[in-house]
Amino acid sequence: MKRDDENIRWIEEPMLGWTGKTFLPLFIGGLTTTVRHLFSPKVTVSFPEERHEMADPLGYRGVHRLNRDEQGRVKCVACFLCATACPAHCIDIIAAESPWPDREKYPESFTIDELRCIFCGMCEQACPVDAIELTSLYDLSGKSREEMIFDKEKLLSIYDKTKDAEPMQSAAKPSSDKTPSDNPDAPGDTP
Amino acid sequence: MLLLAVEAFVKIALVIAGLMGGTSYLVLLERRMAAWIQDRRGPNRVGIPLTKIRIFGLGQPIADGVKFIFKEEFTPGHVNRLLYFVAPVLLLSAALAVFAVVPFGSVLPPVLGGEPIELVIAPGVNVGMLYVFAVGGIAVYGVILGAWASNNKYAFYGGLRSAAQLISYEIPLGLGVLGVVLMTGSLQLDKIITQQAAHGWNVLVQPLGFFVFAVAALAESGRLPFDLSESEQELVGGYHTEYSGIKLMMFLVAEFLHMIVAAFLIVILFFGGWHLPWITGSEHMVSGWLGGWLEAFLRVGVLLAKVLAVILFFMVARWSWPRFRFDQLMVLAWKVMLPLGMVNLVVLAVLVEYGKQMADALGVGEVVLVAAVGWITLVVSWVVTAAIIPAPGQSQALPIGAADSIDAEPAQQREEIEP
Repeated sequence: MKRDDENIRWIEEPMLGWTGKTFLPLFIGGLTTTVRHLFSPKVTVSFPEERHEMADPLGYRGVHRLNRDEQGRVKCVACFLCATACPAHCIDIIAAESPWPDREKYPESFTIDELRCIFCGMCEQACPVDAIELTSLYDLSGKSREEMIFDKEKLLSIYDKTKDAEPMQSAAKPSSDKTPSDNPDAPGDTP
Repeated sequence: MLLLAVEAFVKIALVIAGLMGGTSYLVLLERRMAAWIQDRRGPNRVGIPLTKIRIFGLGQPIADGVKFIFKEEFTPGHVNRLLYFVAPVLLLSAALAVFAVVPFGSVLPPVLGGEPIELVIAPGVNVGMLYVFAVGGIAVYGVILGAWASNNKYAFYGGLRSAAQLISYEIPLGLGVLGVVLMTGSLQLDKIITQQAAHGWNVLVQPLGFFVFAVAALAESGRLPFDLSESEQELVGGYHTEYSGIKLMMFLVAEFLHMIVAAFLIVILFFGGWHLPWITGSEHMVSGWLGGWLEAFLRVGVLLAKVLAVILFFMVARWSWPRFRFDQLMVLAWKVMLPLGMVNLVVLAVLVEYGKQMADALGVGEVVLVAAVGWITLVVSWVVTAAIIPAPGQSQALPIGAADSIDAEPAQQREEIEP
């Protein structure tokens, strides 16, 4: 790129006015800004004691949970769609024949490695029965890598902990006024 | 004799402990202030060690100190080892030695039937201000030695900038002090305070001198509008780039001490030191033994409160104005501060010589006359300076054509060399 390139727009530095040359307005302006901020309310939140107000807890992508159906059974049907969709390969499912008549399979074991997970939410989107969902819990920590591999019971217990604050999205769906494109079953969506 | 030695040692211990403790808590204060100004909260977690008690983060200095002491102290292989070790020690000891003549109060009543105790480590040093300048000048050596010994380009740039800056601003600093010395007739710091207690603070009498001195002192302490020697954005860490652990801490503490010295000098030279009208005046409020002690402590409190106020201003100033460019820095020192200091000195010299006669002729008090002339001088010289001197930033801007020719020259040379 040359200096006389027509894409370069040269701007003259604005001249300081007579008052600007005395430095006084600039001096006072800088000082007032600083002092104003010195006493203004702070944006930082003292984390463990208080938390940020989340705009939409349902939309947040935090720790996973495994939903239960009305009878308290795990909703998952062990279809492996979430494990297939997962870009980080952090979901490990062992399927078994279902003891219940309403489905063929159920997960005997369902583990998520929360350390490998990138919290993209694709498992949530892939799930055909809304069994796996991301909650708004974001402060997960552990003392070892093994501890951070969440098994089925742990994931179900997260559901028990968060079901009141964050209802299942399938439960919220019929009442909410979602646009047709959000619903894959809508007739207008297929060409 | 023994009593005198004990007295001196007690005062030295007191001052060094006070300075070190004060510095560590001022660092905390600075971090909190920086956080508040940036709408954050700052370090407020560390409390009493091994308990869950948080006292507004007042345990932070302990954590910082322990961190610095136990960090790996890495000495790069390419440094000049002797100078590398000497530089931080030199800088810190020079910064501490300045406090030998800086009073931190007025006079304590006699203890154990001795003489009244003057609250300064070396009482009666009649070259006080000269001593401050001489020892303060050693700071340049600490910086230069550290920068040179590091054998690192960034450190060396920082050292060079720092040397040029410190030497340039010594002159307006000296001119600011000379005005005070002319008014007082003494270089001794406690005499300068007593003179102000009797005749009014120097900031009211010679505002131009105060202005020149304050700017120069801020520049000498190397704090933000003037921190070119360690501008992180350009020079990594400036002259202490290659230092780590306890040696880095010595550099940082020495820098903080420079700021405290600057604050002490501003307060002592221009804001009347321990003097506060009607509270700690020259008259004793309460007579007798109790009155003496009460007054002594009040004066220490007033002096330290004023110093703290100046330091708070420095901390706010740090976030208020952007850093100068190097040519702007030099323009400010040589084309603005130096002439202003000269004007102040000349006006004051005339006033000291003929002030009495002029005041008698005009029928006003001498202090009123001096103060009026001082303020008129400030306004007139400031306005004239602003009108004459091109604002920094516009003096050095190259026209587009000139920049072109600069680019073109090396290209031609390269062509000549290549074949």
